[in-house]
Amino acid sequence: MPRKQIHLAAHFPGVNNTTVWSDPEAGSHIEFDSFVHFARTAERARFDFLFLAEGLRLREQNGVIYDLDVVGRPDTFTVLAALAAVTDRLGLAGTINSTFNEPYEVARQFASLDHLSAGRAAWNVVTSWDEFTGENFRRGGFLPQDKRYLRAKEFLAATWELFDSWRGDEIVADKETGEFWRPGGDFAIRSDQFDIHGRFPVPRSPQGRPVILQAGDSEEGREFAASGADAIFTRHGTLEAGQAFYADVKGRLAKYGRSPDDLKIMPAATFVLGDTEAEAQEKARHVRHQQVSPATAIKFLEQLWNRDLSDHDPDGPLPTVDPVVGENTISRGRASVRMYRDPIRTANEWRELAEAKHLSTREVIIEVTGRQNFIGTPGRVAELLDEFVQADASDGFVLVPHITPGGLDEFADTVVPLLQERGVFRTEYEGTTLREHLGLKPAPTTATTDLGTAVAE
Amino acid sequence: MTPLHLAVALEGTGWHPASWREPEARPTALFDAGYWADQVREAERGLLDLVTIEDGFGLQSSRPHQPDERTDQVRGRLDALLVAARVAPLTSHIGIVPTAVTTHTEPFHFSKGVATLDYVSTGRAGVRVRVSTRPDEAALVGRREIGREDAPELFDEAADWVEVVRRLWDSWEDDAEIRDAATGRFVDRDKLHYIDFEGRFFSVRGPSITPRPPQGQPLVAALAHRDYAYRLVARSCDLAFVTPQETADVEPILAEIRHEQEAAGRAEEPLHVLGDVVVFLDESAEAARDRKGRMDSRLGRELISDARILAGTPAELADLLLEWQEAGLAGARLRPGSVDHDLAQITRGLVPELQRRGAFRAAYEAGTLRGLFGLDRPANRYAA
Repeated sequence: MPRKQIHLAAHFPGVNNTTVWSDPEAGSHIEFDSFVHFARTAERARFDFLFLAEGLRLREQNGVIYDLDVVGRPDTFTVLAALAAVTDRLGLAGTINSTFNEPYEVARQFASLDHLSAGRAAWNVVTSWDEFTGENFRRGGFLPQDKRYLRAKEFLAATWELFDSWRGDEIVADKETGEFWRPGGDFAIRSDQFDIHGRFPVPRSPQGRPVILQAGDSEEGREFAASGADAIFTRHGTLEAGQAFYADVKGRLAKYGRSPDDLKIMPAATFVLGDTEAEAQEKARHVRHQQVSPATAIKFLEQLWNRDLSDHDPDGPLPTVDPVVGENTISRGRASVRMYRDPIRTANEWRELAEAKHLSTREVIIEVTGRQNFIGTPGRVAELLDEFVQADASDGFVLVPHITPGGLDEFADTVVPLLQERGVFRTEYEGTTLREHLGLKPAPTTATTDLGTAVAE
Repeated sequence: MTPLHLAVALEGTGWHPASWREPEARPTALFDAGYWADQVREAERGLLDLVTIEDGFGLQSSRPHQPDERTDQVRGRLDALLVAARVAPLTSHIGIVPTAVTTHTEPFHFSKGVATLDYVSTGRAGVRVRVSTRPDEAALVGRREIGREDAPELFDEAADWVEVVRRLWDSWEDDAEIRDAATGRFVDRDKLHYIDFEGRFFSVRGPSITPRPPQGQPLVAALAHRDYAYRLVARSCDLAFVTPQETADVEPILAEIRHEQEAAGRAEEPLHVLGDVVVFLDESAEAARDRKGRMDSRLGRELISDARILAGTPAELADLLLEWQEAGLAGARLRPGSVDHDLAQITRGLVPELQRRGAFRAAYEAGTLRGLFGLDRPANRYAA
């Protein structure tokens, strides 16, 4: 049996503590040159796509803007369209929120991006409901939390109807007869969240629909991905957890009339490379300490404890008081705090860890937030990545370098050639569209898929 | 002589609805990036100040307030901001000004979008704002009902929209990013500002997620035909496009704009006013008129436009522009009748003609769009 091919994406370093801005190598995360460098590295290494995250309000903690991580980022669509001018094949994936946008405008922008990149657009669909972010928008923060996935599903279904409203053969442009087009683009959508109708203005784009990405580990997130996404991002760092997730999500596809190859599973992966195993481990330890400064450790502590701990000693033991249970009032605009569903239990787990390993507060935070999945020599990392994919723990990875913009260079120069030698990663792009890079079927059209079922499930 | 400012308005295959049938027209390339790159590069070859990229919220229509069913005109287009971003890295001097429809868009999104266009173009971004009074365009979003009688209110709303966008551009002071390793602080949060805009139509908190753009304030432009639109440009814009039919129209238009500027307390603010002209240009006036005539006959009637139409030689156009300049305009925004013909006539015919008369630049004199209009990088309204 041929070996599975690995799919690789590159996550432009984001606005969290994974990104080490204090390193002498760290450059601008706003200037276009940084994006060009990063994108060209990814394309030189024949990656499937580049990925941009998004947040629509600057994060706050203790009622003031959080200032310890990278703050600020450019507009997703604008950067991706500009990157289409300086790359030829690399997929261009952006995170766009379905709460603070309308299906019509998002569909118009993604269809435009897909035309302007000749078929390389991808959309990571996210939904938020918080009024905190809503304060930046004229439409406000109107979405009740329990309508989060309902809106996402209806939003996605609405954009599909818009993308599919042109079949692709409307434009005739016959100069002799004077017929420019055979009218298309009509749509009418009425659902819980939307009541819209009219004519979509963008002709069918090269991919038909952008590649749909979804990040989400919850039951609802998995089901949402199974019903309509082309790739899902996860955070499963271990082989066993990855395999369990992989089997679970792939197993959900059949009921939507989809096959296992129709949804790629791509965990986020950090990496640290060294000439020797020992050097890589030492570098990894250094990076972890850069990522969790004493001040950052206290901020993380506050996010779980949900109270002001600014006087706490980061080099001392964990606090003896318990977290404040209930709505997180300390940290705002940060999705990760929602993961702490039972803060007291998590605090007790951290305490057990601290006792067992004799760790200070900062060391506990380093231990529990550590996201370094692949550490070692290029040869060892290539081997680990390959094993992970061949063992059906994933179909590939979204690599998250910690330095902007050069954090991908070493991986591209040392690990990628070894993956190519192993015969598990392309040496040249075979297709031109992102859909082709990912080995996905051509986009379905509304006429050939039962969207109603997918959305209703 | 003060040099003229020249802009070109890019719209499909050109501003004549039958231009797509001209021999040089490339109607099937309208949805390819290369088509737009060609136009903007050609405009830059002619040392033009800027291109505007036309856009509407919905599909084009020959009727001003409702959709049509015509099949003999160009329909379909790409998002102007994304087209602008796509061509920005391929050019290095020309200003790039996409259209934003204020009625249905979020000022927060557009503010970061234009700021990012300014980063991507290293200081050459602007935005041209317009409103939508079409009920069918409101139905695309489904949040409000709109009719043409709402126009004055929608222009007021556009002024608020621009105010929010401008405040967001200033919501980061230039030196907000400090990267202070000693304290672990990436930004100085005292240099990030909530804009706390609260108006009749909406409120926006801020700050932006995108740092202050290279120009500080990218240029804001609008096309204006009448009182409430003149009020918008006077209150909110750096650049106005107006539509005199005759030279005699220029003076009253300018008087009204200046009056509105005074009423808004902005009499001292620089506001450049350019006249729009639809142009069909050839070496002989007869050839230009024949070309326009051919397009008119395919349209089934003579072309009508809100703007002056000129079919003639580049020298005749130069005469008109200099006459308008004499009357007080800062220059012109030209709308090529058939872009694949008339744009090159502008850059290779009109521009050398104006240069010979000492009325146009011989080389780009500034690296930013503000710089081309002689505008300094403005102080930040929130800086202490």
